[in-house]
Amino acid sequence: MIPVQFDYVAPATLDEAARLLAEHQDEAKLLAGGHSLIPAMKLRLAQPSLLIDIGRIKDLAYITEEGDQIRIGAMTTHYQIEASERLKEICPLLPECAASIGDVQVRNKGTIGGSLAHADPAADWPAAILALDAEMIAVGAQGERTIRAQDFFVDMLTTSLEPNEILREIRVPQPQKNTAQAYMKVAQPASGFAVVGIAVNLTRGDDGRCQSANIGITGVAAKAYRASNVESALAGNALDEQTIAAAAAHAADGVDANSDLYASADYRRHLAEVYTRRAIQKAIAKL
Amino acid sequence: MKKAISINVNGTPHNTEVEPRMLLVHYLRDALALTGTHVGCETSLCGACTVLMDGQAVKSCTIFAVQADGSQVTTIEGLAQNGELHPVQEGFWERHGLQCGYCTPGMIIAAAQILERNPNPSQEEIRHGLEGNLCRCTGYQHIVEAVEYAAKKS
Ligand SMILES: Cc1cc2nc3c(=O)[nH]c(=O)nc-3n(C[C@H](O)[C@H](O)[C@H](O)COP(=O)(O)OP(=O)(O)OC[C@H]3O[C@@H](n4cnc5c(N)ncnc54)[C@H](O)[C@@H]3O)c2cc1C
Ligand code: FES
Ligand code: FES
Repeated sequence: MIPVQFDYVAPATLDEAARLLAEHQDEAKLLAGGHSLIPAMKLRLAQPSLLIDIGRIKDLAYITEEGDQIRIGAMTTHYQIEASERLKEICPLLPECAASIGDVQVRNKGTIGGSLAHADPAADWPAAILALDAEMIAVGAQGERTIRAQDFFVDMLTTSLEPNEILREIRVPQPQKNTAQAYMKVAQPASGFAVVGIAVNLTRGDDGRCQSANIGITGVAAKAYRASNVESALAGNALDEQTIAAAAAHAADGVDANSDLYASADYRRHLAEVYTRRAIQKAIAKL
Repeated sequence: MKKAISINVNGTPHNTEVEPRMLLVHYLRDALALTGTHVGCETSLCGACTVLMDGQAVKSCTIFAVQADGSQVTTIEGLAQNGELHPVQEGFWERHGLQCGYCTPGMIIAAAQILERNPNPSQEEIRHGLEGNLCRCTGYQHIVEAVEYAAKKS
């Protein structure tokens, strides 16, 4: 389980990392927490000849608030998000999702930026990031651009990041008053990854009806998606058991579900419905 | 090309040249002869290779030694202080927290991390905190009791 030989650089600044990546983009890979990349390199599924370690760049791991946004540096670890008391208060979906990832050791090292850039179809973050309607800030040789979560996930292990771009920051709109959030997953018992993972971010109006609902779903298909038919079945309606159950039935509408040894496509669709219902109930129980 | 790295392991600085592909666990075992850290699965799943890197429990089979350049690493060999067992080590002794011992160094490091973050964990919190460590012998019950013993003790 030894990777092929490679060269290693650990730039001190983001500019330097971007320059190195632009220069070597065909043979280089960025190294963040390494908890997706190193396993792949050990199996020789990935054989980069240069690793650009972005773990030594100062100030890429942070959680701050700026106006009505929460800003999270790409190198922030799952554990740092899980343990943030401030996030538990203002955006509990983030720490809840973080806490569901792998195990303590994985959360101590793995990063939100690495997970999003890797775009594993069974990763947890994509569901939460979609439900929060977050924005990704990418830096490349040509400068910076903003990518909406909806446009970020393209396919299995594929994002809309260009080969020479580095994900620098994730920006999450501050949830308003009366927002209900929850993350629920069915973990694959051996790997811990999501067989299905459901992220709920909805707002209840003063009339008690659902004002808006964002539902992000991971694990079911080649990429995480927004369950738009569930969302529209909730919006404007009372959040009672029947409405929720009827809405959840649309969790896998139009989705080409994955099938593997652990869960068939039908079973995944079934789990998506059941867990969408439970996750919505869990979220509104907190209101 | 080899890289010069400097890692403080259990309080002792070490300067070594390593290939970038050398995993931290192989560096500890093969370059420093600290064989207390075990290699179980090599696939990031079993936790036998767990060490503390700058105070964080990590799987040293999933970290390149070059990534640990400049950091402080604590292995099972460095846990006892002045000849006194760490409370978790004592707990494993007193509560019979091991059988073959293969998982034990990683279990003890992971348990030390649990107690450092939460000095009074419930049984459930202990089990949750040890999710990344597999034991094929004990059935975990005695391991959980060993950690409870350590929590009471410290
Ligand atoms: C045992 C185990 C269990 C796990 N369980 C789960 C789980 O339950 N749920 C889950 O979601 N994940 C799980 N993971 C994956 C884990 O969360 C990884 O940490 C994460 O997927 C990748 O983040 P990283 O920082 O380790 O990235 P790396 O492995 O360093 O990088 C991953 C990829 O992203 C690229 N990359 C990294 N950072 C950037 C950036 N800033 N900009 C552009 N590209 C970048 C790299 O070049 C690489 O191709 C598990 C991993 C292990 C080993
Ligand atoms: S040897 Fe590292 S996790 Fe099993
Ligand atoms: S004591 Fe044998 S594997 Fe745990």
